[in-house]
Amino acid sequence: MSPFTYSRATDANQAVTAISGKSQVKFLGGGTNLIDLMKMGVEAPKELIDINRLPLAQIEELPGKGVRIGGLARNSDVAEHELIKTRYPVLSEALLSGASPQLRNMATVGGNLLQRTRCYYFYDPAFPACNKRKPSSGCGAIDGYNRIHAILGQSEQCIATHPSDMCVALAALDAIVRARGPNGEREIAFGDFHRLPGDTPERDTNLGPDELIIAVDLPAMLFAARSHYLKVRDRASYAFALVSVAAALDLGSNKKINAARLALGGVAHKPWRANAAEKKLIGQEANEKTFRAAAEAELAPAKGYKYNSFKIELAKRAIVRALSTVAAMG
Amino acid sequence: MASDSGGLFESETDELNEPSILGHPETRRKFIRQVAGTSAAITIGPSFISAASLDRVESTSAAGGTSDSVNVRLKINGKDYTLDIDPRVTLLDALRERLHLTGSKKGCDHGQCGACTVLVNGRRINSCLSLAIMHEGEEITTIEGLADGEELHPLQSAFIDHDGFQCGYCTPGQICSAVALLKENHANSDGEIREWMSGNICRCGAYPNILAAIKEAKRKARA
Repeated sequence: MSPFTYSRATDANQAVTAISGKSQVKFLGGGTNLIDLMKMGVEAPKELIDINRLPLAQIEELPGKGVRIGGLARNSDVAEHELIKTRYPVLSEALLSGASPQLRNMATVGGNLLQRTRCYYFYDPAFPACNKRKPSSGCGAIDGYNRIHAILGQSEQCIATHPSDMCVALAALDAIVRARGPNGEREIAFGDFHRLPGDTPERDTNLGPDELIIAVDLPAMLFAARSHYLKVRDRASYAFALVSVAAALDLGSNKKINAARLALGGVAHKPWRANAAEKKLIGQEANEKTFRAAAEAELAPAKGYKYNSFKIELAKRAIVRALSTVAAMG
Repeated sequence: MASDSGGLFESETDELNEPSILGHPETRRKFIRQVAGTSAAITIGPSFISAASLDRVESTSAAGGTSDSVNVRLKINGKDYTLDIDPRVTLLDALRERLHLTGSKKGCDHGQCGACTVLVNGRRINSCLSLAIMHEGEEITTIEGLADGEELHPLQSAFIDHDGFQCGYCTPGQICSAVALLKENHANSDGEIREWMSGNICRCGAYPNILAAIKEAKRKARA
């Protein structure tokens, strides 16, 4: 691990002031990804600002039945919170399907948003080629072992996937990220937070280097009480998703779909909001045929590689199963 | 943090000029205990840490590092410790390499195996992915702090009664994790216990016995 200086922030504005205008400085939250990447030599900040003692861990109701989750709320506390379990069960399930109890006790909501890919070629600097880690060095995965890689939205530069479960649920729930920078606070729609790789895979998100995630807002979505997270992985527990689905349905009395929210994990460089599938669902009767048609529409542009083409059919079936589960809820 | 640990080893070797003795961790540990006074078998109290003879060992700078060492105060198993360490030192390395609380184990050192699990303010965490300096002022409990004097913690007894281990390397992490599990109230079925213990890997495959031990401890706690 490269040397760094350490300081502890006690006030959010002070933290933002301390980081602004400097390069190679990072905020330190739970550390479960950053410290690991520093051990691997992938990240080497010269300075760490520990933000764990900032008063940003609250989970509170917003006017109009939304919920605000503080940027430093621990994943375990969010998952177990009554407001989340009752209004947004998909988020609680997504969080509990990720990592282990120990890691969830450490990991923060803000840190989870900023998780970096688990692509082997990115994570291990012994591999020379990774455009994300070292721009213009090439991509080891495209012609390498690419079983865990992207099938949607990828570029010639990068086929990495975003590893978070939580973010897949937040994508489906139309969450808003509140970020504070030197010029004050701004709101970032969830779909605009993470980026597709394009020609700049080194940039995972649109958050500025001097911005601090203050909170994540969940807008009111009454029908999200009927929602579910389905995660398909190599082990029954404690493994990253091969494919995951966050789904919520607003059903009319005649089983007609009034509204749908659908997002996929494990398939793209960002949590993948399934807009094409949602369009196909609206106004249709909630049944397997409808769900399959929606899945086909979403995966139509999918492209597989040598080892991950199985994900295309897997994603379709996972969509059908997740939607069927939600439709069967009381 | 391989390079950091490596630096520590080198520095200790230089300081004590005993490369052959210090080459093997187990022997090294014994040697340090002898230096510190053999009566402090596993837990070395605060007085030893502040003793001049050990100060030199504690204030090693990591190999090639330019970080200045910092003063860190930790409360572990009810005792206060003051350490002069590089900010890079993880909580696990501080426990094992500086304070010689070697119950917590280093398995993967990447938060994947759970052998390093300790309790911080009553919550289980992976001490390998956390810097020691992040935990100033918090209540840290390791496997060494679970027993009440000579009386083992109910989970420690249950692990012995049910043979919840073979080689024992993952056991301190398993037990610390299980202590938190019972407190979290996530031990209500076999499936729930397996899921909520999935952050602790046992290479020997003692899982059925670990499950039995946890169930018995839960039963006894309720009785």
